[in-house]
Amino acid sequence: MAEFLSLRDAVSKHITNGDTVAMEGFTHLIPFAAGHEIIRQEKRDLTLIRMTPDLVYDQMIGAGCAKKLIFSWGGNPGVGSLHRLRDAVEKSWPNKLEILEHSHAAMACAYEAGAAGLPMAVLRGYVGSDLPKVNDQIKFIECPFTGERLAAVPSVRPDVAVIHAQRADRKGNVLIEGIVGIQKEVVLAAKRSIVTVEEVVDDLGASVNACVLPSWAVTAIAEAPKGASPSYALGYYDRDNAFYKEWDGIARDRDTFQSWLQDNVFEKGAA
Amino acid sequence: MSLEFTSSEMMSVTAARALTNDMTCFVGIGLPSEAANLARLTHAPDVTLIYESGTLQTKPDVLPLSIGDGELCESALTTVGVPEMFRYWLQGGHISVGFLGTAQIDRFANLNTTLIGDYREPKVRLPGGGGAPEIATNAKEVFITVKHSKRTFVKDVDFVTTVGFGRDGTARDNVPNIGRGPTVVITDLCILKPDPDTKELVVTSLHPNVTREDVIEATGWEIRFADQLETTPEPSAKELEILRDLKARTHAHHASTQSGQQ
Repeated sequence: MAEFLSLRDAVSKHITNGDTVAMEGFTHLIPFAAGHEIIRQEKRDLTLIRMTPDLVYDQMIGAGCAKKLIFSWGGNPGVGSLHRLRDAVEKSWPNKLEILEHSHAAMACAYEAGAAGLPMAVLRGYVGSDLPKVNDQIKFIECPFTGERLAAVPSVRPDVAVIHAQRADRKGNVLIEGIVGIQKEVVLAAKRSIVTVEEVVDDLGASVNACVLPSWAVTAIAEAPKGASPSYALGYYDRDNAFYKEWDGIARDRDTFQSWLQDNVFEKGAA
Repeated sequence: MSLEFTSSEMMSVTAARALTNDMTCFVGIGLPSEAANLARLTHAPDVTLIYESGTLQTKPDVLPLSIGDGELCESALTTVGVPEMFRYWLQGGHISVGFLGTAQIDRFANLNTTLIGDYREPKVRLPGGGGAPEIATNAKEVFITVKHSKRTFVKDVDFVTTVGFGRDGTARDNVPNIGRGPTVVITDLCILKPDPDTKELVVTSLHPNVTREDVIEATGWEIRFADQLETTPEPSAKELEILRDLKARTHAHHASTQSGQQ
């Protein structure tokens, strides 16, 4: 059964320096509060996995939490670059960052294969792309039935999955609504999982085919209202697109970034 | 009577006109999204728009800033998970057109959104592939829209993130279960299409008031022009009005601090 913990305790108990951590949420339900707690606890040498690193990993990379990033699209959607990610890749600031990049289709398949307990995923992908030349985790295999050449990538099996969701009931069952992304797959693919939720309620109010993670499939739950902001939680608050645009100016400069981090992360405790 | 319009508006309207009502379009963010929604609000009200966040048949009132804005989900017929999106709907063969933008494009319509320079020591690190590598091969055909400049239109891309026709134009030959690839590239200066034999991009239509020299000057290889070079029809007053309304609505929406965020 999922254990209810404070966000501080959940991060402290389940994330260790050197872990492979996948914090997911496809534009929606990005676990920012958890990311900030990881920064405050000064976790180091993490291998971070995420399809779209987004601002949350830009902040964690800039804060020095990561040694490696596995991703498939590393930009600020509709705005431009992730400047902290670029600074780490181009100038090794604040530390060297190893990167391994995929396409979205391959990463989605890799998460699904992880959830399915398989060692690899197979897809009709990467045809004609240079990505297999720079990522040795992309191979090609022959279909044993048709002979078709298909791409294969190892499944994603992180030590820890971290996601945000709308709500949990008091038993620890979790409801995810809207753009569900790969929230379910990453939790099932990981050894341990932390789920932050907007609120804990008596009744989930889930429809019969809703995306629900049973309590026994989740390790820890932490209540974190507005825990996805400036991303969003459908039914609770909208995406703060104005902040996504502002981030471009904040992250462009190391000093501006560090002072933002000090004021908005280090000097604010976990809920 | 001639209307006043910008080259960006000319590009968006021309790109929108490439879509028809019966298409199922996998939409990239930015210019493709603007064009696809303009098509839906003008001549193609029933065009099916799909974004990689899993939102099927979506009808946003404002253009999304990201591929996963709430607007897309709330106005969609239904929303599926991301693995299902790529596996069943895209790889499964349900997408007629992938509509993409890019940072660099070369003469064989290969797209680079990964980096400028050398992979291990990039001059400029770009976002990466995202959905594009598989959209470009699993959709039945691909439309590309991008602003025309020498920096963008290069002879050979620094990195093939997403295949057009490969380094020599033959990358799709004899590959089973692959789409036709790029069939049209729409810029703010002209329309380009791949030569049926060599697959090299050729200018087939110049936008109004654009000269051959303008295109030559903005292209990083010796660009060829079709024998029957056309002039792209101007935007109509209605198209311009709807595009401007859409952009104004979108701008106001994304600039406002979201309610309840403070």
